[in-house]
Amino acid sequence: MEDFTVDGNALAGALEQYMGRDMTAERGTCGHCGSASLVAELVVYPKAPSPVARCPNCGDVVMVVTEIHDTVTVHFSQYAL
Amino acid sequence: MARAAVPGRLTWQLARVVAVTPETGRTKTVALAAPNWTGHRAGQHVDIRLTAEDGYQAQRSYSIASAPEDDHLMLTIELIEEGEVSPYLTEELRVGDELELRGPIGGWFVWDGTEDGPLLLFGGGSGVVPLRAMLRHRAATANPTPARLVYSARSLEDVIYRHELEDPGDGVEVRIALTRAWPDGWAGHRGRVNDALLDQVAWPPSETPAIYVCGPTGFVEAISRQMVARGHAPGRIKTERFGPTSG
Repeated sequence: MEDFTVDGNALAGALEQYMGRDMTAERGTCGHCGSASLVAELVVYPKAPSPVARCPNCGDVVMVVTEIHDTVTVHFSQYAL
Repeated sequence: MARAAVPGRLTWQLARVVAVTPETGRTKTVALAAPNWTGHRAGQHVDIRLTAEDGYQAQRSYSIASAPEDDHLMLTIELIEEGEVSPYLTEELRVGDELELRGPIGGWFVWDGTEDGPLLLFGGGSGVVPLRAMLRHRAATANPTPARLVYSARSLEDVIYRHELEDPGDGVEVRIALTRAWPDGWAGHRGRVNDALLDQVAWPPSETPAIYVCGPTGFVEAISRQMVARGHAPGRIKTERFGPTSG
């Protein structure tokens, strides 16, 4: 089950709670390979300790979402929105 | 746990189960009454959060199966045996129970009925759920946009909304592709969605269909690739990928 993936649509709830708006149609740039992708297109591994989103082009980690009870934290230093 | 929703701010809210309806052997539709629900757009989803007695929480994202015009918010949930959330939702949940949900979520994989071009939908397995919401929205608003749904399922027993899809309404064409088993005399498509089927159902790029593809990752990638190869602009193809189950 380790290769179980979904896409960025599955992170939409946490991201909207964190950012205050829907993020699925926003375009970001991967900090590793420089390619642009929609948040909805990111490859998401939902079952890691926290959901992890990877660049659909190079596969490197661009976003980590942590959600504990009602607190959402998003690390996206490698994804320039 | 329940709190008043702040207008405009996405937050968790409580909903009460008003009906649980089996769809197939592995899927059930849960109808919810959510007092703080602000309405949704066809194609959006919700997050469902379960909390154990020790405080452990698990959450999953589920597509909304109902049209914005329907009386209740409906979710169709497929049982994933090793899952943390779907076994509870499909096997334990009873009318009157309360659920925590957050939504509506997502502004990309949506169809409002104002988009250009005919509506071309591809669903693999339970990926048909948000597409069904779009078709119900189309019907509820008497939208004349021509619509076609290509629905890939393993067998006839796995076809969700089977009776509803047998009579989809004026201007809607439904093609079911059965990939693993089909009844004797099955008149629908046999096997995976291929060029022969796409030749019959896919409007040409010149008609700029609005294309929505939802299903397991492999299904979505295959359909997207075929549609791009047929000349459709990638920007006209909206996708939503989930799960390990194949269509």
